Amino acid sequence: MSLYQHTAHQLRDMLRRQETTAVEITESMLERIETIEPEVKAYLTTTPELARSMARVVDQRLKQGEALPDLAGIPMGLKDNMSTKGVRTTCSSKMLENYIPPFDSTVYQRLMQQMSPLLGKLNMDEFAMGTSTENSAFFTTANPRDLQRVPGGSSGGSAAAVAAGTAIFTLGSDTGGSIRQPAAFCGVVGLKPTYGLVSRYGVVAFASSMDQVGPLTKDVTDAALVLNAIAGSDPWDTTTAQRETLDYTAFLKPDVKGMRIGLPKEYFVEGVNPEIKDRINQTVQQLAAAGAEVVEISLPHTEYALAAYYIIAPAECSSNLARFDGVRYGYRSETAPDVVTMYKESRGEGFGAEVKRRILLGTYVLSADAYETYFVQAQKVRTLITTDFQEAFQKCDVIITPTTPTTAFQKGEKVHDPQALYLSDLLTTPANMAGLPAISVPCGFDQAGLPIGLQIMGPAFGEGQILRTAYMVEQLTETGGAAR
Amino acid sequence: MSAKYETVIGLEVHAELRTKSKLFCSCSTKFGSEPNTQVCPICLGLPGTLPVLNKQAVEYAVEAGLALNCTIQKYSKFDRKNYFYPDLPKAFQNSQFDLPVALAGKVKIHVNGEDKELGITRIHLEEEAGKSVHSGDNILGSDYSSEDYNRGGIPLIEIVSEPDMRSPEEAYAYLVALKSILEYTEVSDCKMEEGSLRCDANVSLRPVGAEKFGTKVELKNLNSFRAVQKALEYEVQRQAQLLDAGETIIQETRHWDENTGKTHSMRSKEEAEDYRYFPEPDLGPLVIEQGWIDQIAARIPELPESKRRRFISEYGLPEYDADLISSSRKMAEFFEATVALFPDAKMVSNWLMGEFSRLLNVSGKELDQAAVTPELLAKLLQMLAKGTISGTVAKSVFEEVFATGKDPEAIVQEKGLAQISDTAELERIVQAIIAANPGSVTDFRNGKDKALGFLVGQVMKETKGRANPQLVNELLRKYLA
Repeated sequence: MSLYQHTAHQLRDMLRRQETTAVEITESMLERIETIEPEVKAYLTTTPELARSMARVVDQRLKQGEALPDLAGIPMGLKDNMSTKGVRTTCSSKMLENYIPPFDSTVYQRLMQQMSPLLGKLNMDEFAMGTSTENSAFFTTANPRDLQRVPGGSSGGSAAAVAAGTAIFTLGSDTGGSIRQPAAFCGVVGLKPTYGLVSRYGVVAFASSMDQVGPLTKDVTDAALVLNAIAGSDPWDTTTAQRETLDYTAFLKPDVKGMRIGLPKEYFVEGVNPEIKDRINQTVQQLAAAGAEVVEISLPHTEYALAAYYIIAPAECSSNLARFDGVRYGYRSETAPDVVTMYKESRGEGFGAEVKRRILLGTYVLSADAYETYFVQAQKVRTLITTDFQEAFQKCDVIITPTTPTTAFQKGEKVHDPQALYLSDLLTTPANMAGLPAISVPCGFDQAGLPIGLQIMGPAFGEGQILRTAYMVEQLTETGGAAR
Repeated sequence: MSAKYETVIGLEVHAELRTKSKLFCSCSTKFGSEPNTQVCPICLGLPGTLPVLNKQAVEYAVEAGLALNCTIQKYSKFDRKNYFYPDLPKAFQNSQFDLPVALAGKVKIHVNGEDKELGITRIHLEEEAGKSVHSGDNILGSDYSSEDYNRGGIPLIEIVSEPDMRSPEEAYAYLVALKSILEYTEVSDCKMEEGSLRCDANVSLRPVGAEKFGTKVELKNLNSFRAVQKALEYEVQRQAQLLDAGETIIQETRHWDENTGKTHSMRSKEEAEDYRYFPEPDLGPLVIEQGWIDQIAARIPELPESKRRRFISEYGLPEYDADLISSSRKMAEFFEATVALFPDAKMVSNWLMGEFSRLLNVSGKELDQAAVTPELLAKLLQMLAKGTISGTVAKSVFEEVFATGKDPEAIVQEKGLAQISDTAELERIVQAIIAANPGSVTDFRNGKDKALGFLVGQVMKETKGRANPQLVNELLRKYLA
């Protein structure tokens, strides 16, 4: 087995036993990137020298007998909406094609403290808007399970890199399912933490009230390790919660006795592929056999979630993306004769179709005439959805659903049908609306051999219990270590 | 203006808060630095940055609210005001829309001997934009513009008044009262010339006795309190003429042109922007506990209105003096410190409003930049009161004390400026002056009293102002009799 095929915790143990070196691991990754990247195309930018120099520091410290953090020497990649000082951060947009941030995002800083080598920046749907990574202004990433298929999105590059073994782990961001959906499509683990658990500082905003950064990993243990590294309050992001630090690996026990698992009937509806529903139900049966208690629950306002999401997220994005005006940085149309034309042309040429569609939608729902009927109504729906969950979590400890209505679809299949694409967010957006933690863990394959993701949602800051449940799913279905 | 219409005026005052750092980042708020040297990723709105609210700015806003008798809101929030302009790096301004930090205040003004209470609708916190520097004289005549973001993100409060003012004069008095309160509490520098205090005015007319407000016009580019008053006076006349001619007023924003003394239309209501306000998702609600409000309230100093009343009752100052002296905290404190050493309050107030204010104006200094202290002024006034020096000498000595901070007694001694009250010496001089001005002597003897003044003046000239004027008078009368 080559080094790139291992999980982070395996490599950590090998480094501690001096069975390998950080430089060897990084070189194995860079070699793997060279071999397979032309087909997968997960990376927008690679940073081999940054990775090598970090690996050398790790080896030096290890040689001196220092005790190092869990992720020391474990190479990773970042979604290209996370600011990296001196390394271009494009958000897969022509608008930021040549934008080099002068500061680091908090999540990258925390991974640097872990001494995790940065391999590069990963492809995504432009400004995190999309579910297939086909909205990247540069190129489409392939699903390593089937190169003709999409990896999902918007963190498609982050999921594909983990599945292809071109990163041991990656970070993605999730506003309506953008970590979980690609994780499901690529057969890896993807965790969206509770809103406020992980700092958003330096992560280019899409919808500020829902954006959250989380790990994409080969197994649940790695997800817990990466969460340990990035979670925690940040003085630069005042929406982060002040809470005591937890070791999330402590929750990983193969024991679900007495755990109450809620199955919401609204998530097993028509439109969700029966094969997926069956696979989820079978897994739930296995959990029940292992001692979990299964409870039928209802989240009655689920059917309004997607509509409300597609009002709130565009509204916030229309404001967040207004700063890209060509004045200070980013793409500027050079031909405009005056400032207003410069705005129009820079934004018209710099943004792709989906981004423009959402900016228009968001600008409209915030306008004086539409605000009450759309934006205010959507906020009310959001409150109802949050209340649904609060009531549900009186009856259960975690909620299990499919992550996606379908498995990975063909490239180009839905690219001209935005509504069909929006439907892939059907099962994932409610967790963002309510700010709750949710994880997608592989639980099997469909007949075409494509991975199926099982979503586990928990109450606010209930990362421990969803990780434990995911860990048990992994044990029962033997899907861990996706990249083989 | 004709007695047919009643004027209705409301003002929106923007005051930059005196914090050391900006509203959402740690950049300096210092005025006048090289362009774009006080900026960081946050106030430049670089992608991914987030605001961190400046606690001091909140305290100043609360303090201003309390000093203006507002109710502080325990729960307020920030909203985004969205619009495109090159000086606005995020393309939205963080402001407070429907839940501002303070509501329902009042301010007292005194106009033409009458007291009036004016309402304040609200005070909200927001951030400054940067500054566009146009290559030409104005934006239209420019080939290009540069942006200076040093000012971007400086905290300010917007104080919105009720439409309670009934004349441009009242508007002026309101601004003076407001500025005075903001200076007393030290929440703002209130420097209009540096833009740290700005004002927009809303004005409408209605038939006398009518309840319904007329159509209002908003005036912009008012760069001084006098400009506010002049622009309002012009606008009141313009509107009255239109109404007299049977025309209607258009709701619009008008630009005041200081050079022509006229207002001209900038944009109509239909052209007004839709700011698409919505709650700022990057900042939680602003929750202000009662305990915090109490702490802030405890450090509010005695305010001008109370000082004014006390100066009248405690020191017997005339209203005019009390108004003027109390309008500046530094002046009021200087006054009281001087009176503590030299109890003739009226004399102290005369000197502060007269010589002292004149020298401040001439030198362009702030009160605390002048070298003179209450101790030095009190010493000088004592010498004057005792007759050690004459009024004329006192003025020239004060000029030196003002500039150098030197002890007035030392100045008087060094320069030999003490008043000549020595009768023998004065007699000699008086006789010489009488001998040298026979014409005036004849005039006086023919009943022209004015001639005496001339002769006194000649004696004073001869003695360089040091002669005791009373004594000179007596002696002249004696020898002319």
